[in-house]
Amino acid sequence: MRDRNESLLWMYERMVEIRHYEETMAAVYLEGKLPPKIQKGLAFDIGSGPVPGEMHLSAGQEPVAVGVCAHLKKEDTVVGTHRPHHFAIAKGVPLQAMTAEMFGKAAGLGKGKGGHMHLFDPENRFSCSGIIGASLPPACGAGLAAKKLGRDWVAVAFFGEGAANQGSFHESLNLAALWKLPVLFVCEDNYWAISVPKPEATSIPKVSDRAAAYGMPGIHVANNDAVEVFEAAGPAIERARRGQGPSLLEVRTDRYLGHFQGDAEVYRPKDEVSKLRANDPIPRLAAQLKAQGLMDDARRAQIDARAKGRVDEAYAYARAAEYPAPADALADLFV
Amino acid sequence: MSESRTLTMAQAISEAIAQEMERDPTVFVMGEDIGRYGGIFGATGGLLDKFGKDRIMDTPISETAFIGAATGAAAAGMRPIAELMFVDFFGVCMDQIYNHLAKNTYMAGGNIRLPVVLMTAVGGGYNDAAQHSQCLFATFAHMPGLKVVVPSNAYDAKGLMIQAIRDDNPVMFMFHKGIMGLPWMAYFEGSTTEVPQAPYTVPFGEARTVREGRDLTIVTLSQMVHKAAQAAAALERDGIDVEVIDLRTLVPLDRKAVLKSVAKTGRLLVADEDYLSFGLSGEIAAIVAENLDTVQLRAPVKRLAVPDVPIPYSRPLERFVIPQVDSIVEAARALCSAPAVQAVPA
Repeated sequence: MRDRNESLLWMYERMVEIRHYEETMAAVYLEGKLPPKIQKGLAFDIGSGPVPGEMHLSAGQEPVAVGVCAHLKKEDTVVGTHRPHHFAIAKGVPLQAMTAEMFGKAAGLGKGKGGHMHLFDPENRFSCSGIIGASLPPACGAGLAAKKLGRDWVAVAFFGEGAANQGSFHESLNLAALWKLPVLFVCEDNYWAISVPKPEATSIPKVSDRAAAYGMPGIHVANNDAVEVFEAAGPAIERARRGQGPSLLEVRTDRYLGHFQGDAEVYRPKDEVSKLRANDPIPRLAAQLKAQGLMDDARRAQIDARAKGRVDEAYAYARAAEYPAPADALADLFV
Repeated sequence: MSESRTLTMAQAISEAIAQEMERDPTVFVMGEDIGRYGGIFGATGGLLDKFGKDRIMDTPISETAFIGAATGAAAAGMRPIAELMFVDFFGVCMDQIYNHLAKNTYMAGGNIRLPVVLMTAVGGGYNDAAQHSQCLFATFAHMPGLKVVVPSNAYDAKGLMIQAIRDDNPVMFMFHKGIMGLPWMAYFEGSTTEVPQAPYTVPFGEARTVREGRDLTIVTLSQMVHKAAQAAAALERDGIDVEVIDLRTLVPLDRKAVLKSVAKTGRLLVADEDYLSFGLSGEIAAIVAENLDTVQLRAPVKRLAVPDVPIPYSRPLERFVIPQVDSIVEAARALCSAPAVQAVPA
């Protein structure tokens, strides 16, 4: 495992990678979707362009993914959400196959059958789901498997604050606590459940307070800060690894982009995003690393270039890759 | 040849699970009341004593959590068997069954294996009303990604369960309460059979010809197999020679067996305890309709199924909506006396 300083540098590089991935996707996604290429009267066509379908980007939410995944091993399971790229990148899912999947190419993780909300990488024990609240039960199962196989693997379920009002949240917390499963439940509170703000949907201010109802520790991180998440997640994951059961970690994070690309965000105050961006966790971590003597400007430029280069290569790879043959749609229902 | 004894279907299922658990340490069972109680319908009887609480796990009443956990455990190397107590309870956990267990392998381009057996009790006939009596065979067979197994007797149940546990895909194993051989529910004698002691498999996608006949094919499954067999015996006295086909699995479906039999008899009656419209009986009829170039019908196809109402409670009402031996006999007689199907003149 990495030591603390190595972890902080690793987190910084992953955050740069994630941010560049999402910003690139925001641009690529618009290709072919805007007038004048398409029908009159349409502002935008979701089904056109090289990356069609819905697109949920995680810019701003990087600290949650990297702060937790910095503690994970390859054998640990991560189950993500419909907004999964930051988790996937932090868990080590290969960028090329992941990007090819979003381009609908045969070289994609799911041979083009899943798309951006359904990324499956058994090698790195990563999966996600487009259904809100659906990440928690399979994470319990992965934890259960680890326990039965006598391994020290842990499982992490990420979900949004909106998902904390789904039955699956409550069922899973109870089950994991009852069976002392090695699971970390991570609530990514970006305040907005599409257009409904947390206070209008959730009966108490902190989801992490609900941990008490299930007899597990509840931890709240109030700032969208990678180091704070890292510090909070470490003991909870270690606790799970030692066989002492699950924890619930909630992180207040920021969604810089719309719920999905093309979201006009009529529900959000006009200046909210610029205020959130003033507190960008990436330059903040860079400044911390610099102050600690871990990363000078030259090193930073080098890391940034390396991370962005990997992302650019992945997009080039995905763009050039072949589409599956149409009749491949009939394969892979069963193994 | 191994020793054979007479077992109820419930005993056969639990024996199959026990033998697979002995063979493979990654097999375990989760569900409500499957431990001390042995399963409400006996499918896990005796397993807790043999294997202990770590492998025979009573769950909270949290179907979403434990069925989703089965998917997660399977992805991480286990072979879980989960019991959904009544198939009717699918409403509280269908997202985990259908959006995840059934679809994940496909969405992963075949890169993940989810060897999960989801076993569940189906069927009515004992006045348990609309929320505890459905079959829903077609609901699960309709949606891609689940194999669907529907045994009618103890011998098949053991072999199909072992096959299901060894399959690397999700399998719905749907057992009818009225053929489990429970000491508290009348059941059909034909469902309690000789069962070899040693493990064996019954392959998926192979229907069983319960009896051969020349005049009429009855395609059926589950408990209705026994009603059809009784009807066939009665019809024999009328000189009507009935062939009964037990589908045994719906996904995969043995279309060839259906077509071969109907090609021989020229008459098809589908007897099903599921709902009539948009379901199993329509599917079987469509298979024949799509093959009328090679299958010649002597009478129109007839379907017997629940006439598109929920299962009612009161005895005369329930008996009316679920096909019975006498309704099969009546439908068969009508089919065999119907005028031959005429080709439409050009």
